[in-house]
Amino acid sequence: MPSAGLLLQALASGVFLGALYGLIGLGIGLGWGLLKQINLAHFAWVFLSAYVTYELKTRLGIDPLISLLILVPLFGALGMAVQGVFARFALTPFNSLLVTFGMTVSVEALLQWIWSADFRRMASVYEEHKFRLGSVVVTYSEALTVGMSLAAVLGVWWLLHRTDMGKSVRASAEDPAIATAFGIHAKRLAVVVAGLCAALAACAGVCVALTFTLAPSQIFSWVGVVFAVVMIGRLGSAVTPLLGGLVIGISEAMTQALIAPTWAPLVAFTMLILILLLRRGDE
Amino acid sequence: MNKIQRISLLGLVLALLVAGPYIGLPVHLQSLMYVILFWITLATSWNMLSGYSGYFSFGHGAFFGVGMYGMATLATKADWPVVPAALASGVLAALLALAIGAIVFNLRKIRGESFALITMAVGFVLATLAVNTPIDGGPGVYLMSVALPQWGPKPASTFYYASLILAVSSVAVAWWLFHARAGLGLLAIHDDEDAAEVNGVPTFWLKMGAFALSSFFAGVMGAVHALYVSYVTVGETFNITVPLTVVLMSVLGGSRHWAGPMLGGILITLLLHAFTAGDSALVGKIIIGLVLAGSVLVMPRGILGTWQLRQHKRLIQTNNDHAQEPQEHSLQLDSALVLERPTTNPSASVNRHKVLEVRGLSKHFSGIRALNKVDLDLYQGEILGLLGPNGSGKSTFINVVTGHYRPTEGTVLLQGQSCAGWAAHRIRRQGLSRTYQIPRPFHGLTVLQNVTLAAHFGGARLTDAQARAEAQEWMRFTGLQDKGEHLPDELNLHQRKFLELARALAARPQVLLLDEVLSGLTPAEIGAAVQTIRRIRERGTSIVFVEHVMSAVLALSDRLVVLNQGEVIAEGDPQDVMAREEVVRAYLGDEAMV
Repeated sequence: MPSAGLLLQALASGVFLGALYGLIGLGIGLGWGLLKQINLAHFAWVFLSAYVTYELKTRLGIDPLISLLILVPLFGALGMAVQGVFARFALTPFNSLLVTFGMTVSVEALLQWIWSADFRRMASVYEEHKFRLGSVVVTYSEALTVGMSLAAVLGVWWLLHRTDMGKSVRASAEDPAIATAFGIHAKRLAVVVAGLCAALAACAGVCVALTFTLAPSQIFSWVGVVFAVVMIGRLGSAVTPLLGGLVIGISEAMTQALIAPTWAPLVAFTMLILILLLRRGDE
Repeated sequence: MNKIQRISLLGLVLALLVAGPYIGLPVHLQSLMYVILFWITLATSWNMLSGYSGYFSFGHGAFFGVGMYGMATLATKADWPVVPAALASGVLAALLALAIGAIVFNLRKIRGESFALITMAVGFVLATLAVNTPIDGGPGVYLMSVALPQWGPKPASTFYYASLILAVSSVAVAWWLFHARAGLGLLAIHDDEDAAEVNGVPTFWLKMGAFALSSFFAGVMGAVHALYVSYVTVGETFNITVPLTVVLMSVLGGSRHWAGPMLGGILITLLLHAFTAGDSALVGKIIIGLVLAGSVLVMPRGILGTWQLRQHKRLIQTNNDHAQEPQEHSLQLDSALVLERPTTNPSASVNRHKVLEVRGLSKHFSGIRALNKVDLDLYQGEILGLLGPNGSGKSTFINVVTGHYRPTEGTVLLQGQSCAGWAAHRIRRQGLSRTYQIPRPFHGLTVLQNVTLAAHFGGARLTDAQARAEAQEWMRFTGLQDKGEHLPDELNLHQRKFLELARALAARPQVLLLDEVLSGLTPAEIGAAVQTIRRIRERGTSIVFVEHVMSAVLALSDRLVVLNQGEVIAEGDPQDVMAREEVVRAYLGDEAMV
């Protein structure tokens, strides 16, 4: 039996991993629930943002947190532009998945073109500096990720539940026809939501760059587990992706610590299957 | 092109493909052909379940992977010869599909995204199991030492022929499925699964069969591919790109057509090849990604789907040009005349043989009693009016009797056979049909196909020609004979309601449940419908008639049963029942009695 200290350390890394899953899943869940788009390109944006963060730091010495300030509006605009194109077509959820798959393939090749297929690792002060929380050692990168994820969840929750725009968005997702009859401009709102999702991808990208080794082919390795996180929660919700992320992140970290790292995916995906099977249906 | 030309062209293409390696097809082109045939097999097999029935699987990589590791295990550890090992790997993949299907196809909620995610998750679970057990163990499995047979002039042509056999046989199976009644059933599942089941389609077994076939081909292809690459790793096998590529190929080509995946597979493979062959591989990949994204945006139905739609529109246009004035004889009847009560009293001539006998039927939805101990009899040749205010349980009654919902308790005897709790398609085949209040046609099938499907699955086993003839007869009966090539969305409400009727009748039911067939129709259309309902009864079908249009109820019904809050509150002669105090109260409230 591993020591309590080891378990606590595993719990901490599970919380960190879960927060990152939740942050990525937040943008996907919002797009899926509110825009009815299964946006694989979200992963492409995360990695694009991570690579740009890496480049700015390594080449120009710009602090990742400063990069964040540049990337969020930039990616927001990118997301809005893409939605502007999507809005011209009748896009079913499944076709949105395929379209964004095509986009992701392009972005993957673009990343490889610019940065090669080699692994890249960004060195930063946040990674080097650690602090102790009781017996648990936490890097500033991990703490930043958890903080950013929490801030994003709170911010999105506030937007959806406390502003008129958020209420319109939720109404529009529930019944587009009725919402339009009440004077809600669904297309304009969709552009805003898409911008928000892409901005969230930019945040997640900075977090990925802070703690992970980057390679273009890694884009697809996140897809499965983040979809599991999104489906465990409720689509279009602000809070449930983080909860789903924590459930999966902690159980993965515990499996890694108690059994073996290679068994970790089994826990996540078995949970996804069970949740889908046992969830209440219509009847 | 006539049939003989088509068959000779097909023969020529096949002969060329078979002769290829012997007449000097260079080895590098043989391996390009292998890659094309590889993707054709995977995409076409995926389409057998997912394209036709709309159950998009993201787990095709899992079945492909089972095939790869099946071969890796059987050929290296058990020393099986490669052909039996490949077939056994396919069977293994099919068994896995049946096991998954047995669970998920039994749950109504597992449709759409849930199915896609579950199948995707299965792939990741298998990958984890392979890495952590002796199946792989982590470093991968080498198949270099496996003895290969030599098919054709050179060692390399073995793979050419293996993939050719698989591609041709999977496309042939997909073609057969598309043209068989099973394929029609799968397409109907795509459009509306509940309506398909109600029209006699054994949805569960069709999906199981298609899933098993689909996975078998993926498994065998995987087994061959394991030998081709001769080194199998989990990372290269169970990743998300294989299933996504397969889906993309099918959707690009047109997933509701047997040839769609083949077309998409050829196009995408050639596109990839054209770029990866040159120095500009990465630029090529960027362009391919964008082309794919753009083509799905512009052609959401895929190439063949767009082509089918264009052909359809052209056909309808030509038909319209030929027949300038649509004939609508049925609407010229005088409605007042038709609504008159018939001169002979049908109830006197009614045979007292019970065709439907319902006893103590209850249905509870988490505490709400939608139906409470309902007794109801329907006699041979009778029209029974089933009335009740909104929410009284009429629709629930129909849904329970036809098998959409399982009854909480009670018995349903149809022609003396107890059928409570049966699947809807079995009840349909036992002789009970229904219509939907809001028509639920299969939107992707033509009117003729809609009715043919009902004839095919509804009752006795028919040949294709017989089913067609049957369908045409009922389309004439309902006045839809000129609309056979139309899609349901091109019909008006009245015609769509009659399509519902034609579908229900094509099964030659003993008992017909009509759920508000008259609602939303104009008075003239109601007249025509009432006339039609009488003619149905004259053909020997007994009818339960749920309706709010009182004049029609009184004109048609031999007997009335009134439901309120899930219970029968009155039963008997129409005039008599409508005058009863409790009936008036149920409809108009207590104040009406003061």
